[in-house]
Amino acid sequence: MLEYNDKIREISKKILKECKVDLVIGFRKGSVPMMNEPHVVKNPDDVDKLIWDSHCGINLANYLTERKEKVGIIAKGCDSRNIAVHIIENKIDRDQLYIIGVPCQGMVDKRQITAKFSGEIQSIIEKGDTITVSGNGFEEKLSKTDVLQKNCAVCTHRNPVVYDELAGDLVEEQRGVDRYEDVRAVEAMDSEAKWQYFDEILAPCIRCYACRNACPLCYCPTCFVDESRPQWVGKSIDPTDTRTFHFLRAYHCAGRCTDCGACERACPVGINMRVFTKKLEKDCKDLFDWEAGLTIDVRPPLDIYRPEDPDEFIK
Amino acid sequence: MTIIRIDKKDWAPGLEKLNSSYRLFGPVKEQDFHNFKELAKGEQPDFNCLNTRLSPKSIVQPQSEIMLEFTLDESQADHHIMKEPAVNDKPRAVLGIRPCDAKAFQLVKLNFDTLEHKDVYWLRNYEASTFVGLACDNPCSACFCSTAGSGPYNEEGLDVLLVNAEDHYLAKTLTPKGEALLKSAGWQATIEPGAAEAQIAAQQKSAEERIQSRVYTDNLRGQVTNELYEAPFWEEVAFACINCGTCTYLCPTCWCFDIQDEVHGCAGVRMRNWDSCMYPLFTLHGAGHNPRGTKTHRVRQRFMHKLKYYVDKYDNGIQCVGCGRCIRFCPVNIDIRDVIDKMNTYGTCQVDQS
Repeated sequence: MLEYNDKIREISKKILKECKVDLVIGFRKGSVPMMNEPHVVKNPDDVDKLIWDSHCGINLANYLTERKEKVGIIAKGCDSRNIAVHIIENKIDRDQLYIIGVPCQGMVDKRQITAKFSGEIQSIIEKGDTITVSGNGFEEKLSKTDVLQKNCAVCTHRNPVVYDELAGDLVEEQRGVDRYEDVRAVEAMDSEAKWQYFDEILAPCIRCYACRNACPLCYCPTCFVDESRPQWVGKSIDPTDTRTFHFLRAYHCAGRCTDCGACERACPVGINMRVFTKKLEKDCKDLFDWEAGLTIDVRPPLDIYRPEDPDEFIK
Repeated sequence: MTIIRIDKKDWAPGLEKLNSSYRLFGPVKEQDFHNFKELAKGEQPDFNCLNTRLSPKSIVQPQSEIMLEFTLDESQADHHIMKEPAVNDKPRAVLGIRPCDAKAFQLVKLNFDTLEHKDVYWLRNYEASTFVGLACDNPCSACFCSTAGSGPYNEEGLDVLLVNAEDHYLAKTLTPKGEALLKSAGWQATIEPGAAEAQIAAQQKSAEERIQSRVYTDNLRGQVTNELYEAPFWEEVAFACINCGTCTYLCPTCWCFDIQDEVHGCAGVRMRNWDSCMYPLFTLHGAGHNPRGTKTHRVRQRFMHKLKYYVDKYDNGIQCVGCGRCIRFCPVNIDIRDVIDKMNTYGTCQVDQS
């Protein structure tokens, strides 16, 4: 994906110079391996700071909330879907945006790669599908396909769905992917096993809210966990409160979540909270044949009532 | 100061002995990272760990700590009366704490232990603890302890410094508390200090040479607070920030908390929980106004507190020990080293040395 860099810079420079946008939101090179920093460029002479590689997993749609300017934004498949969600939820106008679409071949999973080595990783070099990882006393080549973020491995919308210009040729979408193997495994558990599984997943949670804050959907002016009159949720790390936070957040994302993986990527303690959001995603697919963020013309199923909506689950 | 040699074969039996008089805490690997946990009987601290994901601050300042208890049951004579909960004041041994994290308690203590105010909860836990440090021979690339007032072999805040040496540890006794702990574990093999000190000095030198990051903080004290506050770089620093609490919760020197009452049935508690200056709610006034209403305000507050207000208030260096956790785990790669540089050099003439 490194070849996108020149094109991203070229387009960014052009739209800034032509005053089509006031700023461009992208990434700049990170200061530690496997991390890049979301960055805003306002001056056409600064576009060389913008970079693209396999460590751009943070969803840039998160940086659109409440923007009043004309914005250029670099968007991989999932980012573009979340931009579509922003547009349909009236958070931003399509006309305000110049979307530089980036056909994506997946982001690498920092956690998975780190776990493979006992020493600290000091550098990562990417070339095609090969990722060379090195640290103090070791160097190893990995295939990028083997170390993708879990959501990227089962992604079926790598190409941007809404864009003004592309930074590269469209890529082939992954076919025959089983998106819901993990969700079905949980569905098959009995009630007790499910609770136990959820408690195990959430045990390390420190309520830092990195998952919520990395999520482009979580733009409520005041999140329900921060309400104090009434206070819906306790503030400690009591397991009931922690569960309430994660479950309710997942429900708030139903029909909106694109499984971009920003939540799981941001979590400092490695919680797979995607298992909750994916269950809701699967339900939306099963019940309403709906996938979030694929269109800016149709309102999402939980926004509207249709007489033909299924109702077998109402008892 | 004496140096004791602890053969590794005597380590577990020593801990076994300590168990009767101390609660033991140490790094334990759960899933794919280490954290400090209270060790079960027979459980060993895992020293094969660069450092723990969360700092050990929770041993002294738990994320949630009950301060007072009460009952709303009006049939009880003492209903609605706040009472102290039972306190476990058994001494604690914090095994394998890194020197940076031990130094952090010294920085935090200035806040919780002042002439005017003594925080009884923090001090009670702190004073019950004996800190057995493990010198750091493999600093991470984001560690900058040696230029942040600490260092891989720094002794401040420690009662014992353990130095790992092949089949044994060299235990440097630094305080009477540390001496008592070693005695209680039955580790008493004093060795000739000259050779041991030379060995420790050699290892220390090699560890210090492995530190790849350094920061310069010499100008911070002299900077004009209002000018730094108004500096133009804050927008850029804050742009990427998502205002999660990861940096503050992982940080060994972030001490802020919030007090809450919680009731379940008739039983109530007054508790304090970690809080974070990254959250809008942290400063939201009852009347609805928020003096730190934007993320730029909040990001600036975190760095100004650590790198300017603390520096000015205590004249004790920066409120950071260079452990590197916030750098490694910030989900959007905000790097405090970069911010320190921006603050330290702000307004100074940059000489191009290239």
